Amino acid sequence: MSRGTSVRLQNLTKRFGRVVAVRDLDLEVNPGELVAFLGPSGCGKTTTLLMIAGIYRPTAGHVYFGDRRVDPLHPRDRDVGMVFQSYALYPHLTLFENIAFPLRLKRVPGEEVKRRVKATAELLGIGGILERRPAQVSGGQQQRAALARALVKEPQVLLLDEPLSNLDAQIRLSARAEIRRLQRELGVTAILVTHDQAEALAMADRVAVFSMGELQQYATPEELYHRPKNTFVAGFVGSPPMNLIEGEFTGDGFRSGELRLPLRQAPLGRGWLGVRPEHLRIAGEGHPARVLVVEPLGREAIVIVELFGHRLQILVAEGEKPAPDAEVRVAFPARALHYFDANGRRIGPE
Amino acid sequence: MPLLPRNWPLWLVVLFLITLPIGAGILWLVLTALYNQVHGLVPMGKLAPQNWRFLFEGSVGGRPSIWVALKNSAVFAAAVATLEVLIASMAAYAISRMKFPLRTPYLGMILTLHAFPAVSLLIAIYYILRLLGLFDTLIGVILVKASLDLPLGIWLMKGFFDQLSWDMEMAALVDGASRWTVFWRVALPLVRPGILALGTFALLSAWGEFILPFTFIVSAKSWTLALYMQSFMKEAFVDYGLMAAVGLFYALPVFLLFLFGQRYLLNIYSGGVKG
Ligand SMILES: Nc1ncnc2c1ncn2[C@@H]1O[C@H](COP(=O)(O)OP(=O)(O)OP(=O)(O)O)[C@@H](O)[C@H]1O
Ligand SMILES: [Mg+2]
Repeated sequence: MSRGTSVRLQNLTKRFGRVVAVRDLDLEVNPGELVAFLGPSGCGKTTTLLMIAGIYRPTAGHVYFGDRRVDPLHPRDRDVGMVFQSYALYPHLTLFENIAFPLRLKRVPGEEVKRRVKATAELLGIGGILERRPAQVSGGQQQRAALARALVKEPQVLLLDEPLSNLDAQIRLSARAEIRRLQRELGVTAILVTHDQAEALAMADRVAVFSMGELQQYATPEELYHRPKNTFVAGFVGSPPMNLIEGEFTGDGFRSGELRLPLRQAPLGRGWLGVRPEHLRIAGEGHPARVLVVEPLGREAIVIVELFGHRLQILVAEGEKPAPDAEVRVAFPARALHYFDANGRRIGPE
Repeated sequence: MPLLPRNWPLWLVVLFLITLPIGAGILWLVLTALYNQVHGLVPMGKLAPQNWRFLFEGSVGGRPSIWVALKNSAVFAAAVATLEVLIASMAAYAISRMKFPLRTPYLGMILTLHAFPAVSLLIAIYYILRLLGLFDTLIGVILVKASLDLPLGIWLMKGFFDQLSWDMEMAALVDGASRWTVFWRVALPLVRPGILALGTFALLSAWGEFILPFTFIVSAKSWTLALYMQSFMKEAFVDYGLMAAVGLFYALPVFLLFLFGQRYLLNIYSGGVKG
């Protein structure tokens, strides 16, 4: 059923003059898998995608589709479909001709073009507006048309560059599910670029987290959440982000200013203690803290407290939120703590 | 445009006054072409259809037929416009989209050439045309005119190509297009306003061109309408009625082109001026 191929990046590097956009990237995507490239703006996600598509030539390294080395190939010989962040529909053509464009270039006979464009458009729910031009349809419909254009030639690899970031919040959620469903049904190998960690965690089988052109961690959403490899990933994945406290591990505890936490099996030396906002609790006992800000989110609220000079975010249920300026006590969980060394690398617990 | 400046009636009067001399000139041309005699702007005598005899008689005063001159002018203008649009589009696309050695100096050179007074090149061009055996041919003048106007055309088209998003071209490449296909099927259709503007501009400019045909064309069979008109100046006794009629005939296509083309011409100012 799966018609996707595996995608393997080997020591992939791209420099623009003195800027290193992507550095020494090694990564493999399994056939039929959906992988998200996640990272802040300018970290090299698009550049990587364009190297896979064949638009950019790597400065060094190779790209393989299955056993086939494709980095010397022209984009048209690679069999990829791509959705651009701007959708990049051709404004002078109708949606029908937009979607038909890849087939026309392949000189597919007219009848078959018609059939395949219709079928793909139906699949995406835009069968009724094919005679319109891009400017005459909504953003969501443009996004679908762009997706249809990428899928119509039944590519082995589907590349999606922030396909949802121009949609409004409501459609975005349904579009997430829709893309995931399509990708599973078609069995195409897909790479999704996003800077929205929630999107990456919700959609992807595995997530590659980038920072400054370097791969930080490549793992399943669960792994990223429970065992972030370094402080960058810890701070980037999860919303609100993990609290990080700089201090010193003493073997049997953690010390930072007046804060002292007894820990089992703690490492030694300076480093960072990480704890997610949803794992901290405001309780009857624990460390004294003062509430600075309360941000209601609906069902939950983010409470920002000051604790021995550290600012911590705590996620509490709506009914349990304290008043601003209240004196509270904050309890650290026994599990779900993360230890990082002074360079930010994860050192425990196992 | 619904937005009028304040005091617009005043502006209207000012504009009217500025336009008055040109209007008077055109009025004179029309009247002189139609009547026996015109004093000031008041027609005297009767309607004079004989002013238009050049349309029916094969040759007036030893000149070639007006239809030959018309055909030459049309060929000249159409060829110049086609060449200019074609070459300027391709050159501008390359400059806008590709990296190649000496790109920046080349750009500077185009600008310089654009500002260069073409008249000062006439003698050099004469020698080149002689050398190529193109002196006194329509093709020769077409090539010269197109080359002299190209810098402006390239610069103009570059402005239009610069505004296209890269994404669109990347998408076309991923969709399976070659660079050449991207140019023809994606980039070129998207700069249609620029092509129409440049095409109209080139047509008008070539239609009105006088110096180049005057300098490089001798034989009457290659005369353009501009040369046909100019031939009246040399005569001892100028038949103003005839000359005005020819002038009107010469100007008519320009009126028409302007009527239909000014929409596109305006694009030159909205689209084509970004470095
Ligand atoms: N064509 C280019 N020329 C020069 N530098 C470039 C080019 N394309 C990208 N860069 C640089 O490479 C780095 C990575 O860019 P890239 O577009 O891959 O980031 P991104 O992760 O996709 O960011 P965003 O989320 O903003 O799209 C950036 O520093 C960017 O300025
Ligand atoms: Mg990007």
